[in-house]
Amino acid sequence: MAGLATALGSGAMTNTIAEIETSACIMAIGTSTTEAHPIIGYRVKRAVRNGAKLIVANPQEVPLTQFADLHLPLKPGSDVALLMGMARVIIEESLHDQQYIEQRTENFEAFKQSLEAYTPEFVSDMTGLDWNLVVEAARMYAENGPASILYCMGITQHSHGTDNVLAISNLALITGNLGRVSGGVNPLRGQNNVQGACDMGSLPNVFTGYQQVANDEARSKFEMAWGATLSGKPGLTHTEIFDAAYKGDVKAIYLIGENPVLTEANAAHAIEAMDRVEFFIVQDIFLNETAQKADVVLPAASFAEKNGTFVNTERRVQRVRKVVEPVGEAKPDWWITSAIANEMGADGFAYNSAADIFAEITSVTPSYAGISYQRLEEEGSVQWPCPAPDHPGTPILHAEKFATPSGKGKLMPIEYRPSEECCDFDFPLILTTERNLFQFHSTMTRYSEGLDELSGGEYIMINPQDAEKMGISEGDMVEVSSRRGKLQVKARITRRCQPGVASLSFHFAECPTNLLTSAALDPVAKTPETKVCAIKIEKA
Amino acid sequence: MSELVTLTIDGVEIKAEPGTSVLRAALENGIYIPHLCDHPDVSSVGICRVCIIEIEGRRPTVSCKTPVEEGMVVTTSNEELEKTRKINLELLVLNHDYNCQSCAKNSQCKLQELTRYIGLDEERIKAMREPELPHEIDDSNPYYLRDLNKCVLCGICVRTCEEIQGDGCIDFAFRGIKTKISVLGDKPIAESTCVTCGECVTRCPVGALVPRREMEPTYEVETICPFCGCGCAIAVGARGGKLVSSRAVPGSPASGGTLCVKGRFGLSFVNSPERLTKPLIRKDGELVEASWEEAISYVAQKLGQYKGDQFAAIASAKCTTEDNYVMQKFTRAVMETNNIDHCARL
Repeated sequence: MAGLATALGSGAMTNTIAEIETSACIMAIGTSTTEAHPIIGYRVKRAVRNGAKLIVANPQEVPLTQFADLHLPLKPGSDVALLMGMARVIIEESLHDQQYIEQRTENFEAFKQSLEAYTPEFVSDMTGLDWNLVVEAARMYAENGPASILYCMGITQHSHGTDNVLAISNLALITGNLGRVSGGVNPLRGQNNVQGACDMGSLPNVFTGYQQVANDEARSKFEMAWGATLSGKPGLTHTEIFDAAYKGDVKAIYLIGENPVLTEANAAHAIEAMDRVEFFIVQDIFLNETAQKADVVLPAASFAEKNGTFVNTERRVQRVRKVVEPVGEAKPDWWITSAIANEMGADGFAYNSAADIFAEITSVTPSYAGISYQRLEEEGSVQWPCPAPDHPGTPILHAEKFATPSGKGKLMPIEYRPSEECCDFDFPLILTTERNLFQFHSTMTRYSEGLDELSGGEYIMINPQDAEKMGISEGDMVEVSSRRGKLQVKARITRRCQPGVASLSFHFAECPTNLLTSAALDPVAKTPETKVCAIKIEKA
Repeated sequence: MSELVTLTIDGVEIKAEPGTSVLRAALENGIYIPHLCDHPDVSSVGICRVCIIEIEGRRPTVSCKTPVEEGMVVTTSNEELEKTRKINLELLVLNHDYNCQSCAKNSQCKLQELTRYIGLDEERIKAMREPELPHEIDDSNPYYLRDLNKCVLCGICVRTCEEIQGDGCIDFAFRGIKTKISVLGDKPIAESTCVTCGECVTRCPVGALVPRREMEPTYEVETICPFCGCGCAIAVGARGGKLVSSRAVPGSPASGGTLCVKGRFGLSFVNSPERLTKPLIRKDGELVEASWEEAISYVAQKLGQYKGDQFAAIASAKCTTEDNYVMQKFTRAVMETNNIDHCARL
């Protein structure tokens, strides 16, 4: 998100989900849309039926490639080379939108200059793709407008994830695809309310609505509203929290609704960190692998047992309504946190309902100011920014100007940086991670009868060439090891993986994939590189 | 909007959008024309032939494939139409296993609607029926049953899979009396490319495709699916304090009224007996049950010792916006640190 915020001023999906169906070209990069966002997958397939061009850039032959006009099976971690290579072609062949670039963007010359490094030879070398394929993709994207770019964790979970995102925004800017119906740069958020959690400031550097904690004006506004003295020093990010706990700097952790034992990159390190913490509170609906390590476990109400809102990937605020009473003595998360605050003698946590809290949110969050529960009842949903009660909400961002200080979209020169970890003699294969349609992260779906049966369990996917070299057959139990850990899993031989690349999901406690992955961080966004790590595979 | 077309159906003058079929125009104006293979979400194919009508100056035709025209004069019922319709219905019913009382679609079945409207000569049918039901029930999918003995070959499932889901993993196979809906290689559905979105199950007009684990709910509540970031609106059904069903809310802006396997069938984790029901506090190495009073007071007393940057909170993208707001406010205002993050980076 940091990447888009730099270039465009806002790190969210620029257009709506429904608009995808009327795009003339869709480029899906680093997303297995039909598996991780099935409903958006339907829309992409329907767009193709309507005649849209589809470019799938993914190291894996993901199911969406069946519908693609062009599949670019690039080497994992080489996205910047591909995207900048495409930008080079677009400018060399004058397929860019000169007028748009002049009126709506800045920094074009510096950007153009940085493209010189991306020669056909260099791009082909880095991506493993034939240059003609890159040229074809560039033409397809630039000549079929409006064009929408969809991306997901395949772009962000890299040590150069921010660069990947900037390269995407560059491409959309030079072709005039931002602020345009059915165009845009569209990061697909993985969980039901990632957008809402970010909007609410469950981030170390911002309050609600992306108001910076380091900004004195913003801070004093929240100090007034909350009647408390607040720190202006940005806090630690997710991976940094576990590092600090490992070192003993963080001594108490209060964790809600997450299972880092399975989902944290370089999990062994994170598990050790959790063990070292002096006081560890876990609030969840299940006693999952992480909760079993806690000093106190607090039972939370599930989505169906409470009121509130979720904000989807297209910035749409929608009502969550209580269907049944919570099981046992489970309570809504806000109730529990407020009870702790009240017990600690804090003021400002005397909430009686989710509606009370939402009213407070809108009073301190300009982009939510015009939204209310009453309006959500009447209209069903509202897309932020919505600064006033009579404002209709904003389906398309950047329609007239960007949210940057200058109001212009910033083109960013990017230097290519390879992934932190490369293959070598000891660890000759790249492991990448993906999701399974029938599972969801690590906990909930494992308790829903039937989904496990459909998902078919965990297996490592290996290309037939590699399997033959290693003497591995379909269904063999293999040992997979990286510099950080090892595990055993069944092998599936498939052309879905390109030679040299193997793939695992991370849904299964029986196969804790993140014992293998690397926590090398992107320097800006601090996202760990779970999409690229060097491994070896041996018959178990 | 283009200008409306005026036509007459059974002497009633109606107006309709150009391009609308006579069938849809009639139904929208409260005039019933029996139909089976037509569904508003997918294209019309005109294969069941029960929606036949007569248009002045033309031979009888199917109303689902005939667009409205200015001045059209339509008759939906006369002796010839009724006779033809009855024969067409007999062909549909002939090999249908009508064990209506025990069928999950009982009272919501389109075939029942047709037989009620058109009427059937049971003796005539009996003489023509095959003695044995030809198909075994396909129970290979954990979430829905396929009973081809009840299939009327309307093809709504085929068009749904192709046009709405986009995968097209089922189609008509074989010929004549042996025609059936099949996956590649005529295998059980679980061995096909089917992704169990259930879109065909919700649109099947008869009992050929029925959900396995659902119960009729006593009430439904509209909320939002808890899985990925698409944000599909769902109507969740409850009965006896448990979740028993889920369906797409028509017109949901994100989903357009569709769902995937998780949103439709995957909510039973809420009912799991393994849910946490009481606070737990670790005592002598074991997590033991405690009251809320005890847990809250213990947590408050302990956290009081860790204010500042030695504390960190990890919030959740699974929780509501309100939950997250309170958590970050607590971290910043009470625990006096900005050490808060969640899984957005994972």
